[in-house]
Amino acid sequence: MQIRIIVNGRPVEREIEADMRLLDLLRDGLHLTGTKEGCGEGECGACTVLLDGQAVNSCLILAAQVDGKEILTVEGISKGNTLHPIQQAFVEEGAVQCGFCTPGFIVSTYALLKSNPAPSDQEITSALTGNLCRCTGYVKIVDAVHHAAKLMHQKEGRSRRAL
Amino acid sequence: MNEAETKHSNTKSQDLSLNSGMIGAAVPRPDAIDKVRGEARFVDDLVFSGMLHAAVIWSEFPHAKIRNIDLTAIMDDPRVVCTLTSEEVPGDNIVHVIYDDQPALAAGIVRYIGEPIALVAAEDRASARAAATRALIDYEEIPAVFDPEEALRPDAPLVAVPAAVEKGPNLFNSMRIRKGDIEQGFAAADVVVEGEYRFGYQEHAYLETQGAIAVPEEHGAMAIYGTMQCPFYVRSAVAQVLGLPLSKVRVVQTATGGAFGGKEDVPSLVSALAALLAWKTRRPVKLVYDREEDILTTSKRHPAVIRYRSGAKRDGRLTAIEVDFIYNAGAYQTLSSAVLWRALMSAAGPYRIPHVKVDGRMAATNTVPNGAFRGFGSPQMNFAHESQMDLLSDRLQIDRLEIRLRNALQIGDETATCQRLEESVGLTETLEQAGQTVDWENRLRKIEAFNADSHSRRRGLGISTVTYGVGLGGKAPFLDKAGAYMKLEADGSITIAVGTVEMGQGLTTALTQIAAEALSLSPERIHLAPVDSSRVPDSGPTVASRGTLMSGLAIIAAAEKLQERVSSAARDLDIPKEEIPSRLPEIARVFFMRNIDPAVEGWASGEPVDWDPESGLGNVYFVYSYATHIAQVEVDLVTGEVNVEEFVAVHDSGKIVNRRLAAGQVEGGIAQGLGYALMEEIPRQGGRLLTTGLTTYRIPTICDIPLRSEVSFVEAICSKGPFGAKGLGEVPLMAAHVAVSRAVVHALGRPITTYPFSPERVKKAVTMQKNSE
Ligand code: FES
Ligand code: FES
Repeated sequence: MQIRIIVNGRPVEREIEADMRLLDLLRDGLHLTGTKEGCGEGECGACTVLLDGQAVNSCLILAAQVDGKEILTVEGISKGNTLHPIQQAFVEEGAVQCGFCTPGFIVSTYALLKSNPAPSDQEITSALTGNLCRCTGYVKIVDAVHHAAKLMHQKEGRSRRAL
Repeated sequence: MNEAETKHSNTKSQDLSLNSGMIGAAVPRPDAIDKVRGEARFVDDLVFSGMLHAAVIWSEFPHAKIRNIDLTAIMDDPRVVCTLTSEEVPGDNIVHVIYDDQPALAAGIVRYIGEPIALVAAEDRASARAAATRALIDYEEIPAVFDPEEALRPDAPLVAVPAAVEKGPNLFNSMRIRKGDIEQGFAAADVVVEGEYRFGYQEHAYLETQGAIAVPEEHGAMAIYGTMQCPFYVRSAVAQVLGLPLSKVRVVQTATGGAFGGKEDVPSLVSALAALLAWKTRRPVKLVYDREEDILTTSKRHPAVIRYRSGAKRDGRLTAIEVDFIYNAGAYQTLSSAVLWRALMSAAGPYRIPHVKVDGRMAATNTVPNGAFRGFGSPQMNFAHESQMDLLSDRLQIDRLEIRLRNALQIGDETATCQRLEESVGLTETLEQAGQTVDWENRLRKIEAFNADSHSRRRGLGISTVTYGVGLGGKAPFLDKAGAYMKLEADGSITIAVGTVEMGQGLTTALTQIAAEALSLSPERIHLAPVDSSRVPDSGPTVASRGTLMSGLAIIAAAEKLQERVSSAARDLDIPKEEIPSRLPEIARVFFMRNIDPAVEGWASGEPVDWDPESGLGNVYFVYSYATHIAQVEVDLVTGEVNVEEFVAVHDSGKIVNRRLAAGQVEGGIAQGLGYALMEEIPRQGGRLLTTGLTTYRIPTICDIPLRSEVSFVEAICSKGPFGAKGLGEVPLMAAHVAVSRAVVHALGRPITTYPFSPERVKKAVTMQKNSE
């Protein structure tokens, strides 16, 4: 079947098999390999993408289901060479070790901070509980989310002043 | 959540002339940028032109003869390219790790569920996987044994290949320590305590599953790209299976999504399987396990039973220990003999004990072969020796921190293997600092008060202290070496190649810092090339917390040589010494124009160690790391759930090269330890593991970990490590899980001796306590 979607701001048209997962469309079809498969059963969050602004596990969604929708992957988060404040915060706080879970965490954090620009510890942990990390022990990830919230706040302040 | 604090103790760090201030700095990791952008290339992200996908046909029985393999239905699909069985293996059908017992593909007999029998290659992954399900294997089941203690009975069915059995039927290995006179030791004791401790599996659950791509290269050579810890193990395995000389196999490590020991031996098998299909089809072949395959067919932490007796004087001083333990190896040797040895070395804990008797056995069973996992046989032992200390503390009414301090190893003491510790023993400082950080005595009083007031909940404080011998030690000293290749490029940048790998632990960053320090350059000038076995000599495995240590020493050796050449060129140019770093591009240009050799090699070889298998004694490791962890938990007496509220970790790993990375290693180890102690479990029914995914194998989420944790370092400088560093990677888990489980015991006031301390087990202990009251 034919689907039309918007991926990272660009329109995409593709002929797909009915049973193709969104994850495979992104990774194999569109070469967006930043989205990872850690379990294939909705448990680890490594495959998290935004579907019309909502964080979802792309391993549990069929490509056919997203026809007409908009998708944001980790590759669409930064503009050009400049890191997004969330990415910058993850680097600066040491929230990245092996990095396999990282794209999923970045995308989930993006969704969180969109709806809640200054989350508490508790709000962070409940928003990220679907993302597993086996390396960091999560402490620095929580730090990074707080740090990202601050960076985004500052940036917003700046751009508002510029207006 | 403060940045890790660092204190100096019996250090010589002031004497080390650290010129650029690189060592100890919280330099951000260079690989993090690619990773946050989703641009780091893990093995499954790589594609080669004409690449095929592989699937494996796994054994469905724990012990069976293979009467017939019928693969005809597999070829029904035109997208399937070929199948392959053991008969077609061009070299030896062996995946060598330590022994030659494990076949790449089962030949005539299978010994565990999940053993590879045959392979399929197809144009795409789905076709390969679908085809594999059409294989018809005719099995004849034979008697099997799954429990390690049963396996060692004389009437047990034989599992092990004779070549792998050192000590008798199903007894892969047995090892021992005999120090002093055990009778005399117990005779001198005022009290004796005993315990029996049991452990199940722990699965690595690295987020990236196993995978490799084999790519045929010119002149009959083969390249392997894969997620791994030990490129040189993979190279030997592939060469042996294909019947190629080592020079024709090139192994490139791809970005590795966590390993923790799980990618020490298993990638040799995964790569060998991919290589066989690439050899047959002359096309690149990718083999990536899905999560179920990864959990069911790859190594785990050894299930174990440990029986432990300890004797002590009234003042708490240990006089003797007697330890007897059996670990479940699974069906093949893989790394089990080495794991057994490290378990043996860890049995006494970080304590001064005059009389020691330890016997360890590694039993073969019809279960998946177990292997390396962070701590490598020690974590089980750590729970045992710390439980014993708490029993003694109870019996003697000596505070738990105090009794540990009274027995803690110090410089000049002898270990359980009669090794005299000559330097870098920060154990006592870790104990004292951990105690001060939690305000130990006051904290205990507060907890007592809380518990007195509470009916449905109880708090507890657990303490654990551990030691870890850094490097591979006296059992396999020949593996302890590493090379580094260093090149001054014509523009003044530096390329470095090493043979130990980044797997998330931060090795690239630490080595860049060491190189920057050794060359007095800023780290931006230095690039660490991806690990490729053709660039450097065999540098041993990236295990045993040895990566920073050994490759760091090799880099320092290379840097010294390069410095010499650079200095002499600088003299010719009248460039003063202090201007060399800033004017390196000029100097590099001169190298280029005057044909000066810009490349150097560095080599590090382990310090001498030895071990006598008869007595079990020797100078077994050249240096030890130490740690003390304290955890506070709250136990819900109704649900049996345990909440880890607070955590304090103090480590002595010598000089810390990068504080932020080191703290990250400790925090990661705490989470893994918490999982091991409280939740991670694989039930087994006969030879079948009942957990097949991350839904049923639960690892800690962000909601399970204590956000109030304090990590700090005391730095007992090691004169033999790079800039005084020892090893860190494995120690945090070893100490952490014990602090958590002992805290639960403290909360309940009742022992639990079987892992994990799941809600059911905790509830059972609560009920038993109520009944006895
Ligand atoms: S791969 Fe989708 S949740 Fe794990
Ligand atoms: S950094 Fe390795 S899984 Fe999160």
